[in-house]
Amino acid sequence: MSSPLSGNEAVAYAMKQINPDVMGAFPITPSTEIPEYFAQYVANGEVDTEYVTVESEHSSMSVCIAAQAAGARAISATSSCGLALMYELLYVAASCRLPITLACVNRALSGPININHDYSDSMGARDSGWIQIYAENNQEAYDNFIMAMPVGEIPSVRLPVMTCMDGFITSHAVENIELLETDAVRRFIGEYRPENYLLKKENPLAVGPYDVSPYYMEHKVLEAEAMKAAKARILEVAAEFEKISGRHYGLFEEYKMEDAELVLVLIGSTAGTAKAAVDKLREDGVKAGLVKIRVFRPFPGEELARALAGTRAVAVMDKSEGFSANGGPLFAETRSALYDLKERPYTIDIVYGLGGRDIRVEDFEKIFSRLANIAQTGEIGPVYTHMGQRSKEETV
Amino acid sequence: MIYAKDINERTPWQDLTPGGEIYEAGTARAFNTGTWRTDTPVFHEEACKHCMLCIPFCPDSAIPVKDGKRLDFDYMHCKGCGICKEVCPFPAITMVAGGVAK
Repeated sequence: MSSPLSGNEAVAYAMKQINPDVMGAFPITPSTEIPEYFAQYVANGEVDTEYVTVESEHSSMSVCIAAQAAGARAISATSSCGLALMYELLYVAASCRLPITLACVNRALSGPININHDYSDSMGARDSGWIQIYAENNQEAYDNFIMAMPVGEIPSVRLPVMTCMDGFITSHAVENIELLETDAVRRFIGEYRPENYLLKKENPLAVGPYDVSPYYMEHKVLEAEAMKAAKARILEVAAEFEKISGRHYGLFEEYKMEDAELVLVLIGSTAGTAKAAVDKLREDGVKAGLVKIRVFRPFPGEELARALAGTRAVAVMDKSEGFSANGGPLFAETRSALYDLKERPYTIDIVYGLGGRDIRVEDFEKIFSRLANIAQTGEIGPVYTHMGQRSKEETV
Repeated sequence: MIYAKDINERTPWQDLTPGGEIYEAGTARAFNTGTWRTDTPVFHEEACKHCMLCIPFCPDSAIPVKDGKRLDFDYMHCKGCGICKEVCPFPAITMVAGGVAK
């Protein structure tokens, strides 16, 4: 069944098919439509969800934490400053090991205030203990949300999951996508049956007690081990999902990587434009390739190193500024992953697209020509650069 | 199920509960919070009429009761606030300086 849906509509529809117990709902552009569509499902009696309208995102995540601790499946959706306002609670959710599911529609963080797409919001939450899965398009946004609960809820993981899609580019553009039958979705996600929860009458439960220093470190190690375990679980769930959908997902997607020498590493909808550039260069005999990161937390470091092992030059595309003065977050992870290779490709970072600045096929052709030059001369030049800004100097 | 009594400061991370969850009630009993005292109440049993007024006033439930009679203070949880001494109508509670009842 092929249906024309926007990314927001697709995720709201996935939520309806899942029929969660509780939604903490608060509007913020560009994720507003998700709780808006969902409110209609609630009003029409199409779901049994307790729809809690709150006064802030701090509260919407608090609702999710309380509900999930009580034994319910809780969801929310947010963007940008809304995610920033949840910051404290994101850590509480993860450290209490509550597998809440959040649809993050990526948007630039203030300031200056801007409503368009980049990853500064979710990248700011990258160390919060949430699993982060990014979508390239509407189909992936829908699929990722359905896969989130089986990933997060399994006892060996028990971590919250953030599924991310690009604000406006994915959230508001309409594409024809394949929807699963609701019965198939329900069977796939199953019932949520945590071993312990607040409403279980057999034994009282304390969630999130004060942790003195003789315990805090041990609990953080448990959390870190859960994040490591999430990698295998994500692949396991993807394999199960392929059986019911026919669609294949990994930790990242490799595009024309078999013999690639010049490679882009990037996230999200930019991959569409970049693939067009790769195709064009391949026609000209350039061994161009692309790796699209799907899972950023846990970061697939070893797998990425293997994928990039035979390449000569890599441009990491960061659609968020980390202000580390040493490159963006995707670059930091990617270059670190490559360090253990005996023969490493040259690696540069290009920060682009901030606040919705466009990137075109021609821009990628320029990047590939810079990579070709680096591979040929061995001269890497400036490692950390920005692209797409007006400048008195050449910027690629 | 992991019980609080089986966890202590030598327990390895593999044997702790996820998120530090506690699967039973009343485990604060096992946690010593009586080290904060700068003044300490002393119970004089011979002067006590067991009127039970001190019990609900104690903010830390640090006065145990058994068979209708109050027992000596639970110094593991008493913070030495002295409210019990203020509400006692009899000379059954006095305060001494320091963290130890002398």
